[in-house]
Amino acid sequence: MNLYEELCKDYRFREGLHTCINCGTCTAICPAAEFYRYDPRRIVDIVQRKNEDEIEALLKSDTIWYCGECMSCSTRCPRTNTPGLVIMALRAMSIRHGFFTASEKGRQVYPLTKLLTGNILNYGYCVYPETFKWEDHQESGPVFKWHLEHLKDDFERIGANYQGTGPGVLRRIPQEDRDELKAIFDETGATDQINLVERCSKAKAEEMGMTLEEYGKYTFEYNSGNDFDK
Amino acid sequence: MIYQGKQKIWADYQKEIPDDHWYYVRSCIRQNFFPGSEKMFTKITRDDLGLDMHENAHHTTCGGIAYHCDTIPQETVMTIVARQFALMTEAGYENYCCSCITSFGNYIETLESWHEFPELEARIREHLWKSCKREFNKPKYIAHTSDVIYKHRNEIAEKAKFRLVDKNTGEPLRGVEHIGCHYNKMFPSKGVGGAEYPYVLCGMIESWGGQVIDYPERRHCCGYGFRQYHIKANRGYSFANTHKKFESMEPYHPDFILTNCPGCPYFLDRWQYVTAETEGKTYGRNGCGIPVFTYEELASLVLGYDPWDIGLQMHQVAVEPFLDRIGIEYDPGAKYLGVNKKDLGRPSLPEHMVCF
Repeated sequence: MNLYEELCKDYRFREGLHTCINCGTCTAICPAAEFYRYDPRRIVDIVQRKNEDEIEALLKSDTIWYCGECMSCSTRCPRTNTPGLVIMALRAMSIRHGFFTASEKGRQVYPLTKLLTGNILNYGYCVYPETFKWEDHQESGPVFKWHLEHLKDDFERIGANYQGTGPGVLRRIPQEDRDELKAIFDETGATDQINLVERCSKAKAEEMGMTLEEYGKYTFEYNSGNDFDK
Repeated sequence: MIYQGKQKIWADYQKEIPDDHWYYVRSCIRQNFFPGSEKMFTKITRDDLGLDMHENAHHTTCGGIAYHCDTIPQETVMTIVARQFALMTEAGYENYCCSCITSFGNYIETLESWHEFPELEARIREHLWKSCKREFNKPKYIAHTSDVIYKHRNEIAEKAKFRLVDKNTGEPLRGVEHIGCHYNKMFPSKGVGGAEYPYVLCGMIESWGGQVIDYPERRHCCGYGFRQYHIKANRGYSFANTHKKFESMEPYHPDFILTNCPGCPYFLDRWQYVTAETEGKTYGRNGCGIPVFTYEELASLVLGYDPWDIGLQMHQVAVEPFLDRIGIEYDPGAKYLGVNKKDLGRPSLPEHMVCF
């Protein structure tokens, strides 16, 4: 099976691309296109030309990682395409083939996977106070620094059930429910994807002369600025 | 209901939101950053509006953020969604109400994909049975929490102690609204007013006495961008998009911003702080920022709840000038106190943005 045929198996790709007329409306509305050297029209055009070499180059590039998945393109396309869905299918394929470590933005899949799947499996939430470090989020301001320093007291004051039993805001999600999430991960391929991302990232880290921990911090923080060259 | 003429055209943009009996699921981001709004949604709907809003302690994240950061496969997120539906089914409910816009889009995308590809639904049912030994009925209706507050906006207005009016001039306060992208951009027919004329937040502002004002970048994304915020190296994307919105709304002098997405109020609040500290520029009056509210925060204020009970002390942009203009009373000294007036200290003050 070639890359294009594999792409066609993804439901998001089948929903997201019918026939693109290359009008560029998606690029005009796209928040990422204003910020990055990025053109969703061109990505869709490459894919629908079915050129295997070009598709592989795309999967190894920074380009597919610029989209913010806001799906503004979905509303405006005159052909009811959704380039954002095409991007999601391309990203999934880049991960499956281990191509994501070839680009600066693709390598960020490792710290993202570690953070978000860790939060889901350990706590039952995608975002959780214990892993939201102020040092990594100084934009959250002095008020959030204060909040994180008085987490239990402040949550109690506002009426949250932080780490408590029963329903309520930020309750502790019981172990049996987190076990079910783990079983879902095992059954549906998420565990395999986590292991694949770690394996590929470890190999890339060694190639770059780093431990996996150093690589995680580096990919989380490093920005070469190449995304903005015109 | 049968619509004719202009009513028929507008009917495409309406949602017939059920009256009652909701199975409620929470938002990851809101529980972290707007815990007061999460608390107030159930309090207002149950205590003020008398609705049946059922919460089950066993529900979890929907996985939407991890999915849109491309860290879990589509079948994984759909099976997590199916588990949430199973909990609803087991509790005996048919109307599903979620407080996250990413979740709302995730649930709608899942149901629409299953409708389009029935073999996918069959596979997800099999995944759920194998992993959790659970089965489910699909919800008859999926609402976002802002839909429920919108439906009952006039009841809230009738019970209100305050209106969105300047107490000194009698003029309505000027609000801009910001709709979360995944509320209506992917599936416009699922949002009140669709993608072209979203009315879910405008309806609240108008019912509660305020005036909705327009500006050129009203529909632009707040800039969350999932991986564009969660990765430190990418946050310029998030900041730049919020900055664009503020530069666009500045000439129209809004008094407040109303949002319905968990992330948007955080970004619109915090990136104002960053703009102030990096450029020395503020967008509100007298060196303050423009306060950004969730719909529960605004509903709670007009209903007369104490601003610190609903968590407004967790905003970086000061809310006090807004409260003063309406005439809402508050104790400035109680803002950062804990339970039983426990001293928790105070946050440090920003250098350029006026805070209290």
